[in-house]
Amino acid sequence: MAGDDYESHEHDVLVIGAGGAGLRAAIEAAAQGVSVGLVCKSLLGKAHTVMAEGGIAAALGNVWPEDNWQVHFRDTMRGGKMLNNWRMAQLHAQEAPERVLELERWGALFDRTKDGRILQRDFGGHRYARLAHVGDRTGLEMIRTLQYHGIHQGIDVYMECKIERLLKDGERVCGAFGYWRETGKFVLFKAKAIVLATGGIGKAWKITSNSWEYTGDGHALALWAGADLIDMEFVQFHPTGMVWPPSVRGILVTEGVRGDGGTLRNKNGERFMFNYIPEFFKGETADNEAEADRWYEDKRNNRRTPDLLPRDEVARAINTEVKAGRGSPHGGAFLDICTRRPADYIRKRLPSMYHQFKELADVDITKEPMEVGPTCHYVMGGVRVDADSAAATVPGLFAAGEVAGGMHGANRLGGNSLSDLLVFGRRAGLSAALYAKNRGGQLTVDQGQVEAVAREVIAPFDRAHGENPYALQAELQETMQTLVGIIRTESELREALGKIERLKARAVRVGVDGNRQYNPGWHTALDLKSLLTVAECCATAALERTESRGGHTRDDHPYTDDQWGKVNVVQRLEGADLRLRREALPEMPAELKALFQERK
Amino acid sequence: MATVTMRVFRGDAGGGSFKDYRVEADEGMVVLDVIHRLQATQANDLACRWNCKAGKCGSCSAEVNGKPRLMCMTRMNLFREGEIISVAPIRAFPIIRDLVTNVAYNYEKAKAIPPLRLKPPEADGTYRMMQEDIDRIQEFHKCIECFLCQDVCHVIRDHEAHKKAFAGPRFFIKLAGLEMHPLDAADRTPFVRREAGIGLCNITKCCTEVCPEHIHITDNGIIPLKERMADSFDPIVRLLRRFRGMRKDGA
Ligand SMILES: Cc1cc2nc3c(=O)[nH]c(=O)nc-3n(C[C@H](O)[C@H](O)[C@H](O)COP(=O)(O)OP(=O)(O)OC[C@H]3O[C@@H](n4cnc5c(N)ncnc54)[C@H](O)[C@@H]3O)c2cc1C
Ligand code: SF4
Ligand code: SF4
Ligand code: FES
Repeated sequence: MAGDDYESHEHDVLVIGAGGAGLRAAIEAAAQGVSVGLVCKSLLGKAHTVMAEGGIAAALGNVWPEDNWQVHFRDTMRGGKMLNNWRMAQLHAQEAPERVLELERWGALFDRTKDGRILQRDFGGHRYARLAHVGDRTGLEMIRTLQYHGIHQGIDVYMECKIERLLKDGERVCGAFGYWRETGKFVLFKAKAIVLATGGIGKAWKITSNSWEYTGDGHALALWAGADLIDMEFVQFHPTGMVWPPSVRGILVTEGVRGDGGTLRNKNGERFMFNYIPEFFKGETADNEAEADRWYEDKRNNRRTPDLLPRDEVARAINTEVKAGRGSPHGGAFLDICTRRPADYIRKRLPSMYHQFKELADVDITKEPMEVGPTCHYVMGGVRVDADSAAATVPGLFAAGEVAGGMHGANRLGGNSLSDLLVFGRRAGLSAALYAKNRGGQLTVDQGQVEAVAREVIAPFDRAHGENPYALQAELQETMQTLVGIIRTESELREALGKIERLKARAVRVGVDGNRQYNPGWHTALDLKSLLTVAECCATAALERTESRGGHTRDDHPYTDDQWGKVNVVQRLEGADLRLRREALPEMPAELKALFQERK
Repeated sequence: MATVTMRVFRGDAGGGSFKDYRVEADEGMVVLDVIHRLQATQANDLACRWNCKAGKCGSCSAEVNGKPRLMCMTRMNLFREGEIISVAPIRAFPIIRDLVTNVAYNYEKAKAIPPLRLKPPEADGTYRMMQEDIDRIQEFHKCIECFLCQDVCHVIRDHEAHKKAFAGPRFFIKLAGLEMHPLDAADRTPFVRREAGIGLCNITKCCTEVCPEHIHITDNGIIPLKERMADSFDPIVRLLRRFRGMRKDGA
């Protein structure tokens, strides 16, 4: 077959992705007594989750006893502009505290309150200080805890292994096919159930906080296997990425800076966020600096600072300031914590931000303001799943974490991803294990499917003088950055789709040098296929949604439209064609609706 | 913008050599940026690992001008104008290709470590920990598993035979973190001595010097662990420790 043999493994449950969601899923599946394989593109412990900074949102009520799951649920829905799958948001808010405490029992050491409980910090869109954290390296604590707990649960880990395609036996998934990055050799996994936990798609943009891994593989794998994607137009641009020097542009500056007292200013020193408070959040947002500053200490009698409005609002505000000529020297805004908090406090609370600016930008954040601007950060859209079971629309396929859609609606609140990974990672692992136990019969893999993929995967070597994969990737990133960015219009989206179509045609002509052994040029060439697929999904869905909401802003449709607030954009492949439908949101039960009637 | 000369190791287990590349370096760039530019323009298949580009994931370890470093945190302006910058894979582990090495040794050591054994909860069913009791362990938890400390430790680097019975500095602080963990009830003393081979460490502190997270590996981790080993030989100290309510903070 395609010149070589391949090894093969069989598991009840195969988890693709070893970030927070994948690890939590694998741990839960293993706990059900089934055999579990865990595959990841990088080494174990290096997934995106390791980079998360600010914290895990969970209504533990340690700092503000008033906090509870209802308040967290309400904040999440409002942050998502009510487009969230209400059931996911509910389960998430209800189960997050227990998932965080469980991490602690597995050895995680969060920062403490005076009475020895888990300390919680303020973050955008959260009514109370809610984020369990460890300085500004929460993701590191989380992934290490899961990783070290996981390695003792009898899970087989396949590192630096990339899945290219899911395999199907009739309607159901029955395995996955990919290659080892180290050797370039093929590997086949047979599995009764598969959990996708592959993370996001941010590598499709030029300015991004995301790494090489975020090429939308899981989104594409699901789509190609016949699953539905939803909400792909919603992409979160985090308001504060580094902007200078150019080589670090896009690297994340945690929202924790603002949570801990930092404020945004324009070049005139003005705290401009007070000019951008939307009607929807007026009731709960301070309209003057004195009240905003008092809020950090006294949340009962003051309203929240507008610096901590949900991310979409803040990102648009910075964008507008820069366009109006009030930006910082390198085209961002100033983020000032040095005049507002003592140097010791800053170093203790934000050690890695301190380190990052000092080492990479020669800026001492205890003495000077940072320069920040929007950076592509997170995709709200993803594989459409059943809220309770995390099942995708294809039998045997499950999805959790950033690759799954619905939980965050039109915009995700900071801190709600790490908790999402734990809550739905666990649910996906559990459901996949149950599915695998109940699935009878032999697993049969169709050789034809395998060989077709194998041929496609090695084809770039036959085109030694083909297109340069890195150049194609850069062109796509430029296209998405300029035409499918924070602010969108019909004409630009159409232009983007035209370009993507041409890039797709060129992508089948990419060629690579060298051999199959650890060859990044080849890997980049192969990742193009999924990257182009998710770019197309995003641009197509963005064209369809003729309104502005959360992480989707249309210059030609600047207002939120109630009719659009009732539907998701759903995408699916029919044959080779990407089809799109509008489908009604699930109806929220009355007792939850009532939570939105109460004042504040 | 300046043109620099990068001398990059190209090869695999079968052998290889350094190859010179002339490449543009822009303001603010780090070594990893230049390596990426090489990949994109001159050497598509140049193998290297990276993820975060911000010193958080510990993927991009290499030896830059002979010094173990994270490529993503090594600024190009560190080097003199005209200086040839050599980039080689970390030496203590077998090469896979170019700048990528096989670090499986570390994952095997990790797996052998006895995990946390949870104490029973307090009367109200919860657990409490005071910040001052976890400050030091939080320092150990900053480890990004770049394995640079493992790379410079002479026990691993120069004595193939020792590798079997030696965990290395990364895992000494992992062990120290578990031993000092307020919620842990396991005793890893025999493991630390035998399987982890702490006796082979002669406190050269090379590991502490290269740690990009500035973890005081020797002073705060290895030395207290060694003291604990000494204590555990002494029945009186052992008894005292028991009377002190099994305080595990070792400080
Ligand atoms: C800099 C930064 C800071 C952040 N800070 C926070 C924060 O403070 N709080 C918060 O809640 N969220 C934060 N986020 C968001 C959050 O970290 C991510 O959304 C989350 O970690 C994603 O987790 P995951 O488990 O879904 O995927 P990941 O952790 O990204 O893991 C994906 C896994 O899938 C594997 N994979 C992908 N494709 C394939 C394939 N084809 N074959 C095999 N394996 C594959 C990868 O190798 C990886 O192991 C932050 C994100 C970034 C980038
Ligand atoms: S102090 Fe010990 S562990 Fe660290 S490098 Fe020296 S011998 Fe190795
Ligand atoms: S202790 Fe420091 S040098 Fe060693 S692996 Fe961890 S971060 Fe790297
Ligand atoms: S790329 Fe993550 S530490 Fe260098």
